[in-house]
Amino acid sequence: MSDNTKNIEEKKDKFLAEENKKRIVTGPDGVQFEVDPLQDYFCDKRPVAKDPKNKVIENFLNWARAESLWVLGFGTGCGNIEIPPLLTPRFDAFRYGIQMRPTPRQSSVLIISGYLAVKTLKRAIRSYEQMQNPKYVLALGSCTINGGMYYDSYNTINRLDYYLPVDVYVAGCMPRPEALLAGFNKLKERIKAGRAEGANDYANKFDWYKANQKKIIKDWNMPDYNW
Amino acid sequence: MNDIIVKLLWTLLGLFIVLNWGLLMGATMRKIVARVAHRYGIPFYQPWLDLIKLYSNRSSISHGVMFYLGPVFRLGGGLGIFLFLPLIYGSEHFSNFSWAGDLILILYFQFFGMLGMALGASDGGHPNSVIGITRGLGQFTTVEVPLTLAVISIALQYNTLSISEIVAAQQGGFQNWTLVTNPLATAAAMLSLLGLFREAPFNLVKAPNEVPIGPPTEYHSAFLGVLRTNGALLHVVEAALFMNLFFGGATHWVEFIVKTFLVYFWSVFVGVVSPRFRIEQSVTWFLKIPLAIGILAVILYI
Repeated sequence: MSDNTKNIEEKKDKFLAEENKKRIVTGPDGVQFEVDPLQDYFCDKRPVAKDPKNKVIENFLNWARAESLWVLGFGTGCGNIEIPPLLTPRFDAFRYGIQMRPTPRQSSVLIISGYLAVKTLKRAIRSYEQMQNPKYVLALGSCTINGGMYYDSYNTINRLDYYLPVDVYVAGCMPRPEALLAGFNKLKERIKAGRAEGANDYANKFDWYKANQKKIIKDWNMPDYNW
Repeated sequence: MNDIIVKLLWTLLGLFIVLNWGLLMGATMRKIVARVAHRYGIPFYQPWLDLIKLYSNRSSISHGVMFYLGPVFRLGGGLGIFLFLPLIYGSEHFSNFSWAGDLILILYFQFFGMLGMALGASDGGHPNSVIGITRGLGQFTTVEVPLTLAVISIALQYNTLSISEIVAAQQGGFQNWTLVTNPLATAAAMLSLLGLFREAPFNLVKAPNEVPIGPPTEYHSAFLGVLRTNGALLHVVEAALFMNLFFGGATHWVEFIVKTFLVYFWSVFVGVVSPRFRIEQSVTWFLKIPLAIGILAVILYI
């Protein structure tokens, strides 16, 4: 093994969490076997773009998708405080087919609510990649557009669409729940027009997105694509 | 040969009606809950849209054979109950495949789906699924105890295990319903129904804001679509089972719809005014008053 590769491996190991390292495990029947969590517990296959086929059917399906937006309950920044009021009698987002889901597997919309710290970006990427195609990203607040008031912060990203394919931006600091509802309506229009193909964009430009993500996440200790 | 095909077609028509009624009933109940909270709530057609969306997702991930089979088993349980349940009393077409011992078979099918789901969800590998399953099976086992006692009681009362005969014995007016002739068994069963339908206070297993929604944590796309289809089906067939056993069955579809709605509404009615039990609270709750009433109902008919 050359020194170079050894160095890279050591560097990788430094960031690897204890539970993700290779180890020997003794099973309940006494047989010992090796576990490599990065290989065994995650899937690191590249995402595949699945383009819509029949236009008429796709229009109908897009209409259903637009009227049934399942939002992942994952708040990244201060903007998350604007989401709970949507479910109260005053705003009642259920009227528009917007429902909250607790798990990324079942959700179709990821709201990046406000500033995104690098540490949270890592979790946001993991959550986004666990969601199923088609999936949409709604960016809330000025911080996701150009960093907002955190534009020169040492640990906050400035422009979200370098890292995830954003469908709709809602500007403001903070945007009120009405603005968020307007953003949802914009997203619906986009989906119905067949222009919300973020998941396919992400798959097509996967290398570009990964390079951007790795540039800013220094302690990359997970597989490249971990759904 | 021809007869069985015709019967099958009628059964499929019944399935179509029951499924759509289940989706509509679910939406109506969610609207009622929303109105209690001073909201408008979802549009009544939301469950159909959700299903279309889930079935048409472009990607899905399997975690192994059992993960695949989990929703299939669950749907098998729901369809099993449906197939052996007479929907409309006296109707040649909508009695499905009801036969002499269907009551026992239906009780078995209720657990069958749960077990299949448990195997499938644990194959997903998510720790939250496993916690959800442990809670779900624990609660469901205790729900079954008073229900089974109530069923034994009415089996002794009518001296039969056929649902059709039990419904037949209740014809002729309100005063012949099991509700009047055997109020103890009805009470035990209606209390266990609260756990069967999993509305609050017994909705810990699948409540989104607890350990993320329990068993179906990892299920998505068409897998979740199958589970939701089964959920709609199960709500109607279980309400129909209670309707047949305790409330005189139904002689036409309007009666069927009104009675199943009211049976389901009972659990929603209790749900909207109740907080949520922890799992050990709900387990012990079923093993106290409902169990005592169930035992009393059996003792009276021995």
